[in-house]
Amino acid sequence: MANTANLEAHATGHDHASHDHHTPTGWRRWVYSTNHKDIGIMYLVFSIVAGVIGGLLSGAMRLELQEPGIQIFHGLAAMAYGLEGDSAIDAGKHMFNVFVSAHALIMVFFTVMPATMGGFANYFAPLMVGAPDTAFPRINNVAFWLLPPALLLTVLSMFFEGPAGALGFGGGWTAYPPLSTTGHPGPATDFVIFSLHVAGVSSILGAINLITTILNMRAPGMTLHKMPLFAWSVLVTAFLLLLALPVLAGAITMMLTDRNFGTTFFSPEGGGDPVLYQHLFWFFGHPEVYIMILPGFGIVSHIVATFSRKPVFGYMAMAYAMVAIGFVGFVVWAHHMYTTGLSLDVQRYFVAATMVIAVPTGVKIFSWIATMWGGSITFRIPMLWAIGFIFLFTVGGVTGVVLANAGADRALHDTYYVVAHFHYVLSLGAVFSIFAGWYYWYPKMFGYMYSEFLGKLHFWVMFVGVNLIFFPQHFLGLAGMPRRYIDYPDAFALWNRVSSIGYYVTFVAMLIFFYATWEASRKKRPAGDNPWGEGATTLEWTLSSPPPFHQFSTLPKIDSKDAH
Amino acid sequence: MVTGQFFRKMGAVSAAALALMPALASAQEIGAVGRGHPEPGQFHLQESVTPIMDSIVAFHDGILMWTITGIVLLVLVLLVIIMVRFNAKANPVPARFTHNTLIEVIWTVVPILILVVIAIPSFGVLSDQMTVPDGERKYLGANIFSLGEVEVPAATVTVKASGEQWYWNYEYVDQGLAFDSNILSEAEIAELKPGQPRLLAVNNELVVPVNTTVRMQVTASPTGVIHAFAVPSFGIKVDAVPGRLNETWFNARETGIYYGQCSELCGKDHAYMPIGVRVVTVEEYEAFIAAFEESRDYATAAATLPAL
Repeated sequence: MANTANLEAHATGHDHASHDHHTPTGWRRWVYSTNHKDIGIMYLVFSIVAGVIGGLLSGAMRLELQEPGIQIFHGLAAMAYGLEGDSAIDAGKHMFNVFVSAHALIMVFFTVMPATMGGFANYFAPLMVGAPDTAFPRINNVAFWLLPPALLLTVLSMFFEGPAGALGFGGGWTAYPPLSTTGHPGPATDFVIFSLHVAGVSSILGAINLITTILNMRAPGMTLHKMPLFAWSVLVTAFLLLLALPVLAGAITMMLTDRNFGTTFFSPEGGGDPVLYQHLFWFFGHPEVYIMILPGFGIVSHIVATFSRKPVFGYMAMAYAMVAIGFVGFVVWAHHMYTTGLSLDVQRYFVAATMVIAVPTGVKIFSWIATMWGGSITFRIPMLWAIGFIFLFTVGGVTGVVLANAGADRALHDTYYVVAHFHYVLSLGAVFSIFAGWYYWYPKMFGYMYSEFLGKLHFWVMFVGVNLIFFPQHFLGLAGMPRRYIDYPDAFALWNRVSSIGYYVTFVAMLIFFYATWEASRKKRPAGDNPWGEGATTLEWTLSSPPPFHQFSTLPKIDSKDAH
Repeated sequence: MVTGQFFRKMGAVSAAALALMPALASAQEIGAVGRGHPEPGQFHLQESVTPIMDSIVAFHDGILMWTITGIVLLVLVLLVIIMVRFNAKANPVPARFTHNTLIEVIWTVVPILILVVIAIPSFGVLSDQMTVPDGERKYLGANIFSLGEVEVPAATVTVKASGEQWYWNYEYVDQGLAFDSNILSEAEIAELKPGQPRLLAVNNELVVPVNTTVRMQVTASPTGVIHAFAVPSFGIKVDAVPGRLNETWFNARETGIYYGQCSELCGKDHAYMPIGVRVVTVEEYEAFIAAFEESRDYATAAATLPAL
């Protein structure tokens, strides 16, 4: 790009996209985009759209579970398929499973991953390492544009036959065979498999692009050990994606041939084993949960340092704790499988290995606290989300330690305790870190400031709401309520009711979020290059807000004495 | 036991909180711990009737709950201190330190020590669950820091549970007697077994003797899907996998009906294939099995049992 210097010189205003004839405009700017920042924005918009779908699906589930008995799904089935009476109830029961499955798939693959590894990583990892763009801009474009068809395939799967005579895939995001093979003879499952293949290709391409960018395009003087922690978190996460997703792809390909071409990898009548699938799935699935949370760790580190006006405490330990979490994350998968009939010795190993993860995670929590300790903290919106993240992730983390013990997991496996645990680390952990990143970088990405009041309101309503949803689910799990149930014994009514009320509160919080975003785009309060002051030390704050279409035409030099 | 206090206090707190929400439930009902089935508003593990569940409850309440509550409170207290002492008003000039080797070593080593303390009983509890009694081995029971002090007789009854879509099939393996166990609808409960809980009551309970070690073999229909056999009061949960024969065991010390529910997603009626285990006296069990062998009919055999 020979003209970048020229571009940068002109692109200081808000209208950076339209005044230079080398900058694509209109739909071409987005559809043909090879610009990491534009692609990042598209990922974020995509994530929000998917999040709305996934959130509405869970709303139907919470409405259903608000009271014992079947509340709404027979009605939904009646509306969708024109069924009546018992057949409507049967279709509704299956539809609930379809909603459970689609909710998880959409939230994991199309909401959290696109927001962190798509949106923030694409936008800010190159800026933070002082690169003009990513290493493979066209791969970046392909990686993004594979996602909408992947989401479409998952959504379409809900409208094709799954089990005989019923629509949609109801086998859970884990898609265990034989329920996903012989249990769902129709094409809905093939849609889901294809969707995951496409989404997986997208993620692998994105990971290759980010790894190459971070390893090869750092500004002069920026050694790996001077690289900002968010870039570290993206690097580790990209390696996890690169190593974990092919295993998922293999597993679901074997499932595809089991379903359609007469192989029997997972069916016992041909000498296969359903549990083999679970090993393969969780060999991907456990790193996957770290894929969802690690970028959040990076985001929170920056926010905590910025608003404490203090450098990150224990930078090296923070970076290598993420490396350690990523590494150990690959050797703990069977803690999802304690009840499948693993031998005593195997279970002992996975208990020990799983508990090891608590140590680097503890290092991170305490290092964040130490970063704030002695700081001069302003409680701006991103900081609220970051502190909320630290506390709620701790709650989700400690229940993980409980579940790591196979002996205790015997009582809790596949109950709502597990649901509460992984929503505390994901829905209250990863999602809080995403909102933290959103409010932290919103002024940088869009050049405008949002309303401080609305941001605070969003945070507090959401904080109350999600805790109301998920804290009581620990009680349900301890008392024995299994997950993925459309109906439950009457004794579980109270905490389910509370949980559903929590959903409504969270729903209001999301309305506030959308209103706050709309309000910010209308009020157009200029944010300035660095709205957060001296604490914000990473390179993106040296650029205009929003940054020029192409930045760093002259690469920044990193001083050996510069802080991280 | 100390841990009882913890939950009684939690019960008081939660009852107080709920008293503020009269629309939800009356405070008196809250916090009871069900045996064999959950109680309204329960926030604790179900009451134990086996040595295995004793050890799970002791492990969870005695170690895990205290540890995780302590850690969460520690983090919370630190965050509150930070918010009070280190906000921009109280502390206008930030410190610049970024390292402190001693504290970093402490917060690495102390969690490791805590994990070791958790791991020791954890391995004991796990080993008990995975080892079918031979009559010699001693089990931990509620005293999870012992080396084993509860005697459990060798297994004398073997039952095979097979998960079907969507009901359970049970077989008394030694006698070769099998029967299906299906959920009862609300109307059927009112007619046949009034007072039994909705979604848990079954037509044919699995009948086993009290104070006897029962070996459970668990599988699923070879052409079916995965289910999971779970009875919370016994502390057992094991997947029913087509083509595999998994094993677990229990020794219930009190008679009664103990319910569980299928615990692996198995299709549309996943929520509608409960597990009902009826623990009866040894004499009642012998009469039941004799009648079952003679008639080959579950209903005839069940008629020998006292009315519920």
